[in-house]
Parts: sequence; C-alpha cells; structure tokens
Amino acid sequence: MSTTTSTTGTPAADAAGRSRGKAPAGERVADWADGRLGIYSLAKANMRKIFPDHWSFMLGEVCLYSFLIIILTGVYLTLFFHPSMNEVEYHGSYVPLQGQLMSEAYKSTLDISFDVRGGLLIRQIHHWAALVFLAGMFVHMMRVFFTGAFRKPREINWLFGFLLFVLGMFTGFTGYSLPDDLLSGTGIRFMEGAILSVPIVGTYLSFFLFGGEFPGDDFVARFFSIHVLLLPGIMLGLVVAHLILVFYHKHTQFAGPGKTNKNVVGMPLLPVYMAKAGGFFFLVFGVLAAISAIATINPIWALGPYRPDMVSTGAQPDWYMGFSEGLIRVMPGWEINFWGHTLVLGVFIPLLIFPLVLVAIAVYPFIESWVTGDKREHHILDRPRNAPTRTAFGVAWITLYFVLLVGGGNDIWATHFHLSINAITWFVRVAFFVAPVVAFIVTKRICLGLQRRDKDKVLHGRESGIIKRLPHGEFIEVHEPLSQEQLHTLTAHEQYKPVEIGPTVDENGVERKVKATEKLRAKLSKGYYGEDAQIPKPTVEEYKEITSGHGHH
Amino acid sequence: MAALVVLLLALACTGGLYAVFAPAGKAQADETAQSLTIEEGKKLYSVGCASCHGTGGQGTSDGPSLVGVGAAAVDFQVSTGRMPAATSQGAQVPRKKNIYSQAEIDQLAAYIASLGAGPAVPTEQQYGPQGADIAKGGELFRNNCAQCHNFTGKGGALTHGKYAPTLEDVTPKHIYEAMLTGPQNMPSFPDSTLSEQNKKDIIAYLHAVNGEETESPGGLELGGLGPVSEGLFAWVFGLGALIAVAVWVAARTAKAKKS
Repeated sequence: MSTTTSTTGTPAADAAGRSRGKAPAGERVADWADGRLGIYSLAKANMRKIFPDHWSFMLGEVCLYSFLIIILTGVYLTLFFHPSMNEVEYHGSYVPLQGQLMSEAYKSTLDISFDVRGGLLIRQIHHWAALVFLAGMFVHMMRVFFTGAFRKPREINWLFGFLLFVLGMFTGFTGYSLPDDLLSGTGIRFMEGAILSVPIVGTYLSFFLFGGEFPGDDFVARFFSIHVLLLPGIMLGLVVAHLILVFYHKHTQFAGPGKTNKNVVGMPLLPVYMAKAGGFFFLVFGVLAAISAIATINPIWALGPYRPDMVSTGAQPDWYMGFSEGLIRVMPGWEINFWGHTLVLGVFIPLLIFPLVLVAIAVYPFIESWVTGDKREHHILDRPRNAPTRTAFGVAWITLYFVLLVGGGNDIWATHFHLSINAITWFVRVAFFVAPVVAFIVTKRICLGLQRRDKDKVLHGRESGIIKRLPHGEFIEVHEPLSQEQLHTLTAHEQYKPVEIGPTVDENGVERKVKATEKLRAKLSKGYYGEDAQIPKPTVEEYKEITSGHGHH
Repeated sequence: MAALVVLLLALACTGGLYAVFAPAGKAQADETAQSLTIEEGKKLYSVGCASCHGTGGQGTSDGPSLVGVGAAAVDFQVSTGRMPAATSQGAQVPRKKNIYSQAEIDQLAAYIASLGAGPAVPTEQQYGPQGADIAKGGELFRNNCAQCHNFTGKGGALTHGKYAPTLEDVTPKHIYEAMLTGPQNMPSFPDSTLSEQNKKDIIAYLHAVNGEETESPGGLELGGLGPVSEGLFAWVFGLGALIAVAVWVAARTAKAKKS
C-alpha cells in the first residue's frame, strides 16, 4: 500500500502510515511491483516451499545451470559467427592455414578462436558446458530412474526430461557441425549417409535437409537456425515446464523418520535454497570456466576445413552421439541388391536401433506401472536395492549404452590398450546381446544380497568388529543394535505381491477367456515381486523374538 | 674411303662420349672406398639381418627380399630401431632403441643399395624447412596421411592390431624416408605421387602442428585424439568436479536447532 497517495488505501490506514513516516525504499519497490505484477501472492505461496536435502537432488541443478551457461556463451558466439558456406581464402592469425580455401563458417570460427577477444575461452566454455550438460542430464535421469522418482504423478515430467536429453543430443550435434571443420563435416557426411540408407524417401530427405550432396551447400545456415533458435527454444519451454511440474508435484524424498508420502521434510526455498542454488550456479560456472581455461576442446584449427575428399582417423562424434557411432561401427556391412536398388542394411539397421535404444529407457516407467498395476502416488523414493528388477533393467540399459560407446571408440581402445580393432568389434557385437543380460542377472542378485544384508542388520544389528571372549572360551563378535531411525529407514519400503490372473471361471462356473496380455502381465509381475525377486523384510514379530534376549547369533 | 670415314667418325664419337661420361679418377678412388663400405655392410648384414632376409638379401619365409629397397629403406628401418626385429613380433614391428651407429647404418645401406637400385637416403636440402609451404603441407597431409595418422599425426588404429604410429618426435629425415619407401603397412609415395616439394611441405606442416615448439592455444591437448578423450575428460573432471561440489554444498546445510 502506498503511503504517498490515498487512492487505494482506507483513510485510517493512510493516517497510520503517515504517522510512521515514509516506508523503507525496499518496501516501496516491492509494493510498486506487486501493484503491477501481483507477485505477492505468488511469492507468499512459494517462498516457503520446502525442498529436501540430498546431493543427488542437485544433479538437475547442474543441468539447469550448464544450460544457462550454454545460452549465455552461445549468444556471445553468434555475434561473431557467420553461418555461411561461401568459399573464402584464409589470411588470419593461424599460420598453418594461411591461404587455404574454406567456408566462411570455418573462417569465422577460426577468427573467434584467434582474433576475437575472449573468443576461444567462450567457445571452450560453450563446448565443455555442452558435454557436461548432456552428462549431467544422463546422470540426473539415472538418479530419477534408480530411485523410482518417475512413478505417478511424475511420469510426464520424466518424459519432459527425456525429451530434453534427446533434444540436447541433437542441439549438440547441430552445434558442433557449424564450424564446418573436417571432423564435424565427416560426421554430417555420416548422417547424410544414414538418411540416404532409408528406403524410398532417403534421397528426398537428404536433399531437403542438406540442399545438395557431399553433404551439401546449405546445411550450415540451416543447422544454425536449428541450433540457435528451434531446438533451444523448445528446450527452454520444456525446462520451464519441467520446473513448474517439480514445484507442482513437490520434490520427492528418501525414506526416513518423520518423512511420509504426504509431507516434504527439508528447508524452505527462501532463504536457504535461494542462497544455495544461487551459490551453486556460480560454482558450476566456475568449474566449467576453469576446465575451459585448462583444457582445449574441439581444436578446429588442427582439424582443417571440411572437404569431401578428406577424412581423418579417430573421427568420432561428441560422447552423447557415441553410441550411434558404436552401432554403425560394429554392424556388419550387409547389403541387399534387387532390381537395380540397393538396401544398405549395414547403415539402415543401426539407424533403426538408434531410437530404440533411447525409447527403451523412456517407456520403462509405463511398462513398470502396467506390470505392477500400481496406480497410487509415490513421493518417497525407493532405494535401488529394494526394486531389484527395475535396478537390474537400468544397469542392463547402461551396460548396453557403454558397450556401444566402446564400439564407437574402438580405434582409440585398440591403440591405447594394444588390442586388435577386429577383436574389439567382435567383442562389442557379442556383448551387445550378452552383456545386458549378464548385467541384469548380476545386478538383481547383488540387490537381493543387499536386501538380505539389510534384513540381517535390522535383526542382528551392525557388526562392530569387536571380538569378545566368553568365560567358557568361545569368541563372538559384538553386534550393535541399530537406532530407531536406522531401523525405520531400513524397513520403510513397501513390498508388493505379484498380480494374480484371478479366477479363470466366473461365479457361474463359466470359463472366462484369459487374454494373452493378462497372462504376460501376471508372469512379469511374478518376476518383479515373486519369491525369487525380493527378500521379505523383517516383521515386528521376528525383530521382537530376536531382540527379546536369547543371545547373539 | 667412305667406309673408313664412317668408321673413324664412329670411333671418335665413341671415344668422345666415353671421355665425357667416364667416371673421373677421383670417382675411381671412391669406388674402392665404396666397395670397402659395401664389404663392411655385408659383414654387418650377415650378423644382424641374414637370418631372416637371406644371405644375399633375397628374402626368406621370415623376411622379405631387400633387393631394390634402396638405402632410404635401410636408413629408416634401422635408425628407428624397427630392424633388426625380434624373432617373434606381434602384428607390427614397433619402433625401439636403435643399436647401430650412423656409420654402421650407412655401411648396411650401401650394401643393400648394391643389391639393386632403390631410393637413396634423402639430403637435408630435400627435407629441410627452407622453402616449404606449411598450409599446402597441411592440405596434402589431410588428403594423404590423416586417414591413418590422425589430423595432426597422433597415430591411429589399423586392422588386426596393426597401427599407424604417432609422428611426434620422428625426425624429418625419417618421415621423408617413410613416405619414399612405405615401410610395413604404409603405402609408398614416390616422387611421381608426392613430389619432393610436397614431401617438404608435409614435413614442415607436421613440425608446425606436432613439433616440440607447437603451442596449444586452448590449453591441454588431451592427446589430440578428438571427442573420445574430450568426453572422458568431461565426465571425469567436468561432471566429477560438479558432483563433488554438489556433495559439498549439500553437506553444508542449515541445521535445525536441537531443543
């Protein structure tokens, strides 16, 4: 309320205000803003919003801040970058390229690196931040996955996050292709080849996208629009939606005393998290700037301008595209020829598997909710060991992903570990099918082992390492009982029962037709929650019986 | 009469031509020195090389024929330590410590060169930096060499455990000889493919981008291997540092006062 005008307040309030003198400046500014933006109620509702504390909840922040840093540095780069493929002759400061013909895009990137003040540092921050952004999203996604944070009501936010990851991959790809250097040009040529391998429409798609061949004369300008406008625009919208949903759903928390499915235990947004998040932003910026000042990334001057007749060994994409490189490197070069047409399976099959690898992890939450039939809301996170099947699936997926990364870098593995590149390729071919299965089985067993250990800890206490000799000569290890908090945390998780198909005959004795999907679901559910898939957690009776004092075990 | 004139003319021509082209006396003196060198080379050869390449350099099932490989090949293989090779090597004979003196290598080279004509050891004038075009060399390198040796000569993998070695700290002379003779899996680039000037340009380019004085304007090169090492660095030191920072920030929180 204003103290200088009396148009909005009551006369009494005005009089009271006048008697206290002018309000402090901050209050007046806030009042001015509230009168126009209505932020008071918004701030009141959200300022005390509670967020739980755990380092892994800050992984998303790492992504958000590196995204902001990418936008900030990217704006600086657009001021000097020329998205043009016109051929020019280089006469800048980098001697080993003097007089070479190159596209304007490549030349302007050289100029940014050598002749623009701060250009190289900003370029390196932009690129390092992009790699960290994608790595951060990967780890953030895995944190959400392994703790079951994707369950109702957060399935849509999971998809938003997944979309951000995929869009981030393509924004990165279009970004590192812009300088039109020999390495990224090879990558685009590879992408063009993959598009060309699509039956019937491949050629049209390729010409539409690149405006020519090998790989074309228009793509830098087109990729530029996609890279600086289209994809970041969509991503920015998704980030905002992602954050709004985090606010709306409230943050998940790990089980613990006082934490329920209906509350959030933690610190308020203001002042604690505002200070922490603000400080963390600068820490992220600082780490990325330090890395960019220490290590070079994508030294395009050493790579040379793109020419279709040149190629270098060690031509890999940035890490987040590495698994697609792996797919193509290990795929046998199969080809089918008929009626004058060629179907290049060696490229087309990897192109089909590429989206499947990603979709496999994206749809998992929906598969799990279908199998378990669990439609309730979940705000308490699972410990990965308490959801063995989910954890095993996640580890199997990561294993597949990293096997393909090994395939993508097979030449570097070969030279650095003195191995045969053919042996590595064959290893990846076999491991592509075998390693995820092995990882699944091993992870599940480890999870069950950890569940047994938890049960043991609850019932018998923690092994203290203290050996005691009893009067009759027997040695025993002293077990310390757990505190109430620890007991609660270790036993807070729910354990499900497998879904049953139900009676196959109705009340009149008429046989009901059981659908195949129903049978499949019951079978999968048994795999999730059957006798072999979880260790029954200790009951109160068991605990009482053991702690009632019949000595140690 | 005419026949006599023709005969005299022919004799004069032959004599004249011989006088012009005959080796000078000094050269004849060299010949003896040369034959001594060859003798010495042959002795060294029978000790270090003959078990695989045969007593006369004709080759055996363990080593190829050396007839016609030339002095340049011997100089490259022996001074980089590749020859003599171990009796059982892996997919490829690696570079190792050279055990011969330059004089011995010259003797060996002279002996091998005497078996059949081949490329001679290049002179400093051929591989030196004078008159080289670095930018042109870069273009030629990317066109002819980078597909195995990487953009700036860091090396790369070939099939079945073979590899294109790094070109770092390889002397200009040896790079020249390698291009000339095509050792092991490398194709040869005789002067008809890459002219003397081209080779000079490539050597100058390599010196500029992968030499001892080469500066990396952006900081640590991370091996110069491209996105694989960059990705590893981003994960370990980028995300690793940020997670460490996140753990640190999360550990320092406002604690509720215990009443």
